[in-house]
Amino acid sequence: MLAFVLNRCVTMVAMTLALSFVCFFIIQLPPGDVISAYAAELAAMGDTSAHDIADELRARYGLDQPFIVQYLKWIRNILIGDFGHSFNLNMPVADIFASRIGLSLLVESLAIIVLWGFAIPIAIYSAVNRYSVGDYLATVLGFIGIAVPNFLLALLLMYVIYLFTGAATEGLFSAEYANARWSLARIWDFLTHVWIPVLVIATGGAAQVIRTLRANLLDELSKPYVMTARAKGMPENRLVLRYPVRVAMIPLVATVGWVLPTVISSSIVTAIVLNLPTLSPILLRALLSQDMHLAGALILFMGMLTLIGTLISDLLLAWIDPRIRKGMIDG
Amino acid sequence: MTRPVLQVRGLTVRFDKNEVVRGVSFDLNRGETLCIVGESGSGKSVTSKAIMRIAKPGRIVAGSVLLRPDDIEPVDITAHDDDSAAMREVRGGRIGMVFQEPMSSLSPVHTIGQQIIETILLHRDVTPADARAEAIESLRRVQIPNPERAIDQYAFEFSGGMRQRAMIAMALSCSPDVLIADEPTTALDVTTQAEILRLIKRLQAESGMSVIFITHDMGVVAEIADRVAVMYQGEVVETGSVDDIFHNPQDAYTRKLIEASSKFTIIGDHDRGGALPSANPRTLLDVRDIDLTFRKTEGFLIRKVRENRALSKVSITLREGENLGIVGESGSGKTTLVRAIVGLLQADSGAAFYHRGAGEPVDLLKRGALRSLGLNREIRMIFQDPFSSLNPRMTVEQVIAEPLLMEKKLSKPQIRERVAELLDKVGLSAEMMSRYPHAFSGGQRQRISIARALAVNPRIVIADEATSALDGSIRSQILDLMFDLQAELGLSYIFVGHDLGVVRYFCDRIAVMRQGELVELGTAADICQRPQADYTRALIAAVPATRPADRHLIPKEGLA
Repeated sequence: MLAFVLNRCVTMVAMTLALSFVCFFIIQLPPGDVISAYAAELAAMGDTSAHDIADELRARYGLDQPFIVQYLKWIRNILIGDFGHSFNLNMPVADIFASRIGLSLLVESLAIIVLWGFAIPIAIYSAVNRYSVGDYLATVLGFIGIAVPNFLLALLLMYVIYLFTGAATEGLFSAEYANARWSLARIWDFLTHVWIPVLVIATGGAAQVIRTLRANLLDELSKPYVMTARAKGMPENRLVLRYPVRVAMIPLVATVGWVLPTVISSSIVTAIVLNLPTLSPILLRALLSQDMHLAGALILFMGMLTLIGTLISDLLLAWIDPRIRKGMIDG
Repeated sequence: MTRPVLQVRGLTVRFDKNEVVRGVSFDLNRGETLCIVGESGSGKSVTSKAIMRIAKPGRIVAGSVLLRPDDIEPVDITAHDDDSAAMREVRGGRIGMVFQEPMSSLSPVHTIGQQIIETILLHRDVTPADARAEAIESLRRVQIPNPERAIDQYAFEFSGGMRQRAMIAMALSCSPDVLIADEPTTALDVTTQAEILRLIKRLQAESGMSVIFITHDMGVVAEIADRVAVMYQGEVVETGSVDDIFHNPQDAYTRKLIEASSKFTIIGDHDRGGALPSANPRTLLDVRDIDLTFRKTEGFLIRKVRENRALSKVSITLREGENLGIVGESGSGKTTLVRAIVGLLQADSGAAFYHRGAGEPVDLLKRGALRSLGLNREIRMIFQDPFSSLNPRMTVEQVIAEPLLMEKKLSKPQIRERVAELLDKVGLSAEMMSRYPHAFSGGQRQRISIARALAVNPRIVIADEATSALDGSIRSQILDLMFDLQAELGLSYIFVGHDLGVVRYFCDRIAVMRQGELVELGTAADICQRPQADYTRALIAAVPATRPADRHLIPKEGLA
């Protein structure tokens, strides 16, 4: 098992390098760069030396050099901990990350926990009580969750809350706590804000989890080993959780790897609407303005999340399914 | 004096609006083996599940089932809820159950030990450590080698026979009064089946428990039953001692069952059924020294190649108008051999010379030989599973017409005519053409498979376990159909099977295979009456008798 993990870590380093190259390549594909946008802005303001300034900036940041040289420089700097500079926000990429990464991961992880926390029990109920009123209700609600765009739900929630409380709910903190140190009061303030984005993001993905798990579980419930467990005299609820649910979770666990990156990129509009200080809106801005270092670092970060997530999901799979574990040890 | 341990009276089970089991009554006496026989759909399995109250979504609508009716307070099984505490106490505690599929009946993600220990802890007040010790003991009782290690292994690490032993250990871990075994040996090889039957008999003698053994195989009934209940379309048509059932059957259906099974006796020097080939037939197919090794490459950075020798130097011949049987246990390479012949698998070396009329024989194993010369039309296959070998999204017409469409010789209306003719030939009506496979029974589907194989006028038909999934009477109908088609169309068959009785009935010669090698090849009568190899002898000895008088699987005295 240790050999498997080591083997995977080595593969992951290689994958990360390949991924960084692809990221960088794709980001620089469109014509122009972040400087040309900046220069256009200067020229619009009547600065006649805009062209010269742009050239000078390009030379300073190495943007006039061939693609491959730029890439190598970028990756070398990353290896020594320098993620580069965001032209658009005019601050180091590392600082942007530091200010947002914690909250971003917190909100998104909470969303995933809520999503699974609701979806999994609903799916189990739906499968066990197939074609019951509850099953239909779960299906209908799930599809509404999929069909209604997240940002619309966010707007609706904001509107309703405004109607009832008269307070605007956006961001993750009230103004007075936005830059304060962590305290009990700040945590409380955070909790009163965070449930909206968490709920909005969770409803979008719940239906998919419900449908997948329900279908898997329906297949498993009719398997002979469930009958065997029943013939042992096990109480029905306990045996459902112990046997078929565990097997039915396997395909779901296999998706753990890309759940976090998916949530980050799919919650962009929600995050903008709710004005969340997370990574999602930054990603959009960086891509629009071709802010190379920032976008590259963000995409690389999401790629690494996927790789680490996949490793975690593989280890989880090995934990719940001995057949996979055996394959890993032998392979 | 016989005392019943289970008394079933007028049991009726309903699924939606269908009464699948109607008014079933029987007694199960202490220490006896009651066989419930019947074909699929007869309700035998539902009856057993109803006794356990695990027949959901079926509901018991009438009748009573009493456990230990002589006790002061017998348990009335029909009086409780499915999931009530009283019923859970009965399940696994008083009545143990073993199912057909040893692979899928055990949890794929729990160790054997976890599953047995759980049963013990559910029913008895012992510590987990004691339960573990008992689980090891129960594995030892079912003769699983090295039970201390086996207890922490998973079902997929066991062979089919070992899995079934583990199932039995689990069912018996709480010393139940009754063991219900629902087709426990149907999915096993004949030698493994004999071992499991012996094991059940020995455990029964040791503990004095009663056994309800559900099966469709009259041979198994003849070997182990004390009494027999015959079920047909949800009702018990006849109950009696095993001797009465076999020698003095009262009901017409029982007689039909006995007759169908006695056809497949391996004792005697009789010819096979159907029309025999001419005295000196030409050789049609000459397979020489086929070698085939499965290779599996593993690992991403460090590559490993695993080799699994599936066939080594196998040679067989098939003569014109002859039926050649290939028998062996699972993993013997019998299916691999026929797949290599038709090019579904690529042999490493060897040759398969096919003689087509005059001219030079063609080596089928040469790359592209089958396709380029159109030989794949002359050699067709029928597969085992009539449910998965037909595309569920194609109509019967599309299924049968496909090889004709590939041929591009006939026009659309001609193809339709041909399909109608083929359906007629296999005993189905042309009106069924537009239906989908799910509308047909197993036997009818196998007829459709045969029609598909015959569509392009083959000379050789390879039947890979083609009747294994079918019930006794349907099996004999399909075999007779294959004989008729042989007489009419001059076919030769290669018949792969694990049921020696069927192979003996159908084939002129039999090849016995084991672990990828040919053990022996001889006339069917010689192989069955005068086997040369020890392995063949063991195989023959494991075949159940067709009459109780010929019982031989279970030693009478001093059960080993």
